[in-house]
Amino acid sequence: MKQKFDINRFKDNAFKYFGIACTLFGLAVLSVFLINILIEGLGRLNWQFFTSLPSRKPEKAGILICLLGSIWIMFLTALIAVPLGVASGIFLEEYGKKNKFASFIEINISNLAGVPSIIYGLLALEIFVRILGLGKSLLAGSLTLSLLILPIIIVSTREAIKAVPKSIREASYALGATRWQTIWFQVLPAASGGLLTGVILAISRAVGESAPLIVIGALLYITTIPTSPMDDFAVMPIQIFNWLSRPQKGFIENATAAIIVLLLITFMMNGLAIYLRNRWQKKIKW
Amino acid sequence: MVKDNNMGKLHAEKVNVYYGDHHIIKDVNLSIQENTVTAFIGPSGCGKSTFLRLLNRMNDYIENFRKTGDILIDGNDIYDKKVRVEELRKRVGMVFQKPNPFPKTIYENVVYGLRIQGIKDKSKLDKVVEDSLKQVALWNEVKDKLHQSALALSGGQQQRLCIARTIAVEPTIILMDEPASALDPISSAKIEDLISELKEKFTIIIVTHNMQQASRVSDKTAFFYLGELVEYGATDQIFTKPVKELTQNYITGRFG
Repeated sequence: MKQKFDINRFKDNAFKYFGIACTLFGLAVLSVFLINILIEGLGRLNWQFFTSLPSRKPEKAGILICLLGSIWIMFLTALIAVPLGVASGIFLEEYGKKNKFASFIEINISNLAGVPSIIYGLLALEIFVRILGLGKSLLAGSLTLSLLILPIIIVSTREAIKAVPKSIREASYALGATRWQTIWFQVLPAASGGLLTGVILAISRAVGESAPLIVIGALLYITTIPTSPMDDFAVMPIQIFNWLSRPQKGFIENATAAIIVLLLITFMMNGLAIYLRNRWQKKIKW
Repeated sequence: MVKDNNMGKLHAEKVNVYYGDHHIIKDVNLSIQENTVTAFIGPSGCGKSTFLRLLNRMNDYIENFRKTGDILIDGNDIYDKKVRVEELRKRVGMVFQKPNPFPKTIYENVVYGLRIQGIKDKSKLDKVVEDSLKQVALWNEVKDKLHQSALALSGGQQQRLCIARTIAVEPTIILMDEPASALDPISSAKIEDLISELKEKFTIIIVTHNMQQASRVSDKTAFFYLGELVEYGATDQIFTKPVKELTQNYITGRFG
């Protein structure tokens, strides 16, 4: 018997191949980009590049200042944003009453997560730089980025806490634990995988951010190593932006090399996040 | 309130519970004697679990929860403003329907209730672990893997661990909310044996859907229906010659 042409089956297959094509498109663009970057920048990656100060001559310039700036920013931002964000997340999830005010706060936090980063820059310029007089310091930059990632940390903390089953909390209460003991000894350890994942992803977002820091006036060209939170600073993305805007070929090469370093940092952080998530899922099966 | 021996270990008087507009428990009066097993039976949604959770104030965190009437344990109102709910829960332990060990080691599960009281003495904790696990007949099965995850145990073992964890705190009353309903028949039988043994030291209240289980393990049975305590008496009497027709119909399986 001759098979009739089946239109539904055709559609099914057509969609499958369309989907494959879409996926490959994204991957292809990404690989072209990565390969391109690697070809141009890999040769520039050497010890001198990591240990040199900015310079007007591309072959003498290095990323020491901005790499240290990014590391400072990473730690200061984590120091500010993680306790604030995790504590807010815990409060909203465990203590907050479920009423209209709570859902109002909830909606606003989700909205904040979607505000363009440059707006945070403007806010920070007014409050931290001008009113509080922190200037263009590392502290001002970290506070700015903390504002930016705070909603992300709050939301991911809540998600991680929500994933801990009610039965664990009840078991703890039933043994005479207070709310805080239950949170500290049961909920947080059980949620730690998801919590850390969210925190790491948020910080890796902060490390890659440049717009709000440009707004508050992070410098493009400084030659002193930052040693305290009140020092001026530069960060990787701004240095990359700066080099890319120069006409000389040598600076473009420097920029691509710096992009490789920045990518490595974010890949490493995302990898760590994925590792923690997997380990946590393996360890705990409800 | 002055202690009155007729009130027994636990005494509930004119207890009503509301969740918002829903009237869940209606005018329940009940006295439970020390070192007995009392079974709460009744169809789903009859309020027996809600009533059980009143006794260690597990309903406190539920929004819109409201209660009237008094619940006395050893003559003291457990809903009195001066009562610290954590202290109450140390006196009134609870075992849940689904085994819910903490995602920690067996050892840490048993000592959790003591750790949160600030007890650090290693030799004391070790002794409590051994004693508690022996009481629930789990010691021989787990003594070589005390520091392995409790989640690796079987369902029945997990439930016995949860009971061990509860008795480690030395409560006087243990509430059990369908403790065997998620278990296989053999594990279930072990829990039943255990209940009969624990009666020597504790006052036990068990919610169950299983009539045979109720008749096997309990001294007294309370039949709840639509939030009311329909009949309460000796288990033998409830299961052989109940006073109310509703009880008769339920235990013979005509509805439920």
